[in-house]
Amino acid sequence: MTQTQSAQPEVPAEATPPDVAADGDDHGEHHDHPSDRQYVKIALILGGLTALEVFTYFESVHNLGDAAIYVVLIVLMILKFIYVVAWFMHLKFDSVLFRRVFVAGIVLALGVYLVMLTAFRIWGV
Amino acid sequence: MTDVADPEAARTAPASTGHEAAAHPPTTTGLTHNKVAMWLFLGSECLLFGALITTYMFAKSRLPAGEIGPNDVFDIPFTSVSSFVLLMSSLTMVLALSALTRGEERTFRVWIAATALLGGTFIAGQVYEFTVFYNLGLGYTTNIFGSAFYTLTGFHGAHVTIGIVMLMSALVASLRGRLSARNAETVELIGLYWHFVDIVWILIFTVIYLFPQ
Amino acid sequence: MTTTSEPPLQLTAGEQLVRPSTSLGVLSRPKGDTGWQSWLFTVDHKRIGIMYGAAALLFLVMGGVEALLIRLQLAVPGGSVLSEDAYNQVFTMHGVTMVFLVIMPMAAAFANYLLPLQIGARDVAFPRLNAFSLWCFLAGGIFLNTSWFLGGAPDGGWFGYAPNSGLVYSPSNGMDFYALGLQIAGIASLVSAINLITTVLNMRAPGMTLFRMPVLSWMLLVVQFLLLFAIPVITVALFLLSFDRLFDANFFNVAAGADPLLWQHLFWIFGHPEVYILILPAFGIMSEVIPTFSRKPIFIAIGFMGWGVWAHHMFTSGMGPVSVAAFSLSTMFIAVPTGVKILNWLATMWGGRIRFTTAMLYSVGAVAMFTIGGLSGVTHAVAPADTQQTDTYYIVAHFHYVIFGGSLMGMLSGIYFWWPKMFGHKLDEKLGKIGFWVLLIGFNLTFGPMHILGLQGMSRRIHSYAADSGFNLWNLFATVGSFVIAVGVLLFFWNIGVSRRRARGAPPVGPDPWDARGLEWMTASPTPTHNFDRDITVTRQDEFWHRKWRIGDDGKVTRIARSEDVAHDGSATDVHLPSPSYWPFVVALGLPLVAYGLIYNLWITGLGALVILGGLYAWVFEPPDDPEAHAHDDHHDADPSDDSGNGASGGGTSPNGDGEPDSGDGTRQLAEAGVAGGPSAQATEEQP
Repeated sequence: MTQTQSAQPEVPAEATPPDVAADGDDHGEHHDHPSDRQYVKIALILGGLTALEVFTYFESVHNLGDAAIYVVLIVLMILKFIYVVAWFMHLKFDSVLFRRVFVAGIVLALGVYLVMLTAFRIWGV
Repeated sequence: MTDVADPEAARTAPASTGHEAAAHPPTTTGLTHNKVAMWLFLGSECLLFGALITTYMFAKSRLPAGEIGPNDVFDIPFTSVSSFVLLMSSLTMVLALSALTRGEERTFRVWIAATALLGGTFIAGQVYEFTVFYNLGLGYTTNIFGSAFYTLTGFHGAHVTIGIVMLMSALVASLRGRLSARNAETVELIGLYWHFVDIVWILIFTVIYLFPQ
Repeated sequence: MTTTSEPPLQLTAGEQLVRPSTSLGVLSRPKGDTGWQSWLFTVDHKRIGIMYGAAALLFLVMGGVEALLIRLQLAVPGGSVLSEDAYNQVFTMHGVTMVFLVIMPMAAAFANYLLPLQIGARDVAFPRLNAFSLWCFLAGGIFLNTSWFLGGAPDGGWFGYAPNSGLVYSPSNGMDFYALGLQIAGIASLVSAINLITTVLNMRAPGMTLFRMPVLSWMLLVVQFLLLFAIPVITVALFLLSFDRLFDANFFNVAAGADPLLWQHLFWIFGHPEVYILILPAFGIMSEVIPTFSRKPIFIAIGFMGWGVWAHHMFTSGMGPVSVAAFSLSTMFIAVPTGVKILNWLATMWGGRIRFTTAMLYSVGAVAMFTIGGLSGVTHAVAPADTQQTDTYYIVAHFHYVIFGGSLMGMLSGIYFWWPKMFGHKLDEKLGKIGFWVLLIGFNLTFGPMHILGLQGMSRRIHSYAADSGFNLWNLFATVGSFVIAVGVLLFFWNIGVSRRRARGAPPVGPDPWDARGLEWMTASPTPTHNFDRDITVTRQDEFWHRKWRIGDDGKVTRIARSEDVAHDGSATDVHLPSPSYWPFVVALGLPLVAYGLIYNLWITGLGALVILGGLYAWVFEPPDDPEAHAHDDHHDADPSDDSGNGASGGGTSPNGDGEPDSGDGTRQLAEAGVAGGPSAQATEEQP
């Protein structure tokens, strides 16, 4: 949960209740859904990213240092997260209301739990 | 909604109001109640899993030295495979939905069964993993890490299990001829839930398993 | 204005699921408009709201008796009314009851009854889920209170700090009841939040934009969002506590390296929004009552309050100086929007021609009491002062001024205000005013002295105190005051009985007895089952008021229509309503079984799980709208759109706590049927 913060720069990061833009003119939001071919392509990308993630586990990469591995893993995780949410959950194509509700949940969770973990000083600093 | 483009729905809908109703779904936002409710629920779930992951990270950081910990039990290659299985179940899920919206019910059943099967494989893997960990000496009450680990992954597993039950229900409904393109939204909502469970595992896999311990 | 023909009121999901009737045909449905069954299995948001309110008042009496026991024990030094153990249970249950079983459900009562009416809807988005929320809350509350008879009530304080609430320090089953009972009540709140947010987003009358909604609707909406995001946090905290107690987990086991602050953080991440959850509905009520009786529109400026301050409840917990400083600053900032809100109400009253009805008195009283509570609250933001005040009676005084003086008095104002809408007759004004003054005096007599006691150093939750501590006088005052409060509450209940008897044979109160503003006053009193006869097209804020009054160019306000002429008379007979259902009740019944089983015997848990599972499946495959039964007189033959509505009633799956989708539920069936030729075919709405 803690690493997706930078994952959402392109969407408005607001934790307030969504103000449903205007009444009833969300119809235009329904674009064509992706084709099966596109879905498979996304799945292949996801598989590749997972392979990269697992690769960091092996010793040969470890001389990069822990910090670098953390960064790489977090970036990969965010990418996977975004791909699934945007494509498989159709958030890229669906109403902005859904995006706001979901992002509100994620941002709020990140906010309170990161502060909490910081108060516990678990980052080792 | 889905029935806008559906000729059969248009045919059976009454002429007097059906047209308008189809062109402008009569909710204020134009979105169905069910889908709004599902996204609200998922937004709420973010806080639930956030709290569980936070608890886990906190617990791990407070594990006394010398106690059995992540490095002693985790089997990354095995968990990688089961993570991959769950990830691919998201693909079969979208393919199922896509088939149903096209009206290809037979294809839909194949993909929905595949999704349930992949989910079941993941759960079986989790049960196996728990058994191995237990035999290695990590019980639920052994230490703070054990409690937090089993609780977090257990909650996720319970969510997957509920998802499998819903997938099986959809499959049975389809076999009995009660699920067609017109109510593809039901399947779409099950799918949203399923993908959400999948992205939670994406987080868990990285944060709990892959991060250098 | 507009008299063009508009489509009928269709507050629906828009999805017409055309498929063969999927009713399993195994079980009949509950029928009838009267008798206990019509309440037990109802899905009508108004009946559900009334039952929420009745349950809250019942729990208010229980929590009140617990409060009197506390005060009796502390009336004189060395009190011996309660043993130490019983005292712990009584003060814990007093707090839990008042917060979770009185204020929250009372707010839910107003939300259920008024939200759909204020936005011009026929019901909520998921009527059966709404019924489930009610029974779930009641199941949780009753489950919690059965602990009295099963070896002792919870005794770890209402915020159940672990590890004090763990097995070592609280060995009875009490805290298990606490954790599981609140869990069940939490499910009710979460489901209700999802339901009501969907309702507000999706079911507003034509033209009712979010910013044309009344302040109460806004406040209730904000509260539902707070619940949506706060409940899961307490859910996790309660699970961790339960797992520690029931399955020997180590989350709060300090010997295993755990940190008690884990509970405190999780609890207060929930607990701080909870404070707003408790107070905002009352704010909303005051914002309806004060402008009505000041005969002025509300002066609006709403600040959305932050989440970033939960840890000010924990300054003394040893978090470290930086954390304390950060939370301290953010806590001080919270005072700003709250102050703005108070100024709004004052500005609204300023220059208005005020009518001091009972409802107005309670609202003004609530503003005053809340202001005192707010001022004493600001002093806590200063961390060093808080260090001195924490766990003293100063804190007890503070939060009673906020929650009793602010929330509860605000809700009482709402009860007096909307009583005629709910039951068709007013509560007696004279008795009401006497009751108000008794309550106000008793309240200040009880909680005012507690400020002094706190500053003198009297700790909260102590079972007794020595005669030479210097606490004697003010404790006696507080005890006397608490019994004055009890008299005030009894007067309120007496008023209900008296007014009810007097209303028989009296002339009807009319749709709009207070000359109010919201759409809820634009239909008959008591509200007919179908709410509105026709679609209401909203063109501005306070639509109903503007249909009665015109503001001239010179600023003069003149009446242009009688309320009775503007309001609907509730005579429509052709409205489809969702059918009652057994299953929400059945599913809610399974939850306490699961909980009892976790404490006593896992077989009972299995049984409960079966009840839930069976109930859910029956629910899922039950059409939300019964094709055979209609509450109202239907005109099928004249109405083609109706038939598709029935054929469409498919069994979707239901959005229960597990998030199962529900394509069949919703309010498709609420679509008004009389399009083609019913008696109320006028789908248009005349506007002045």
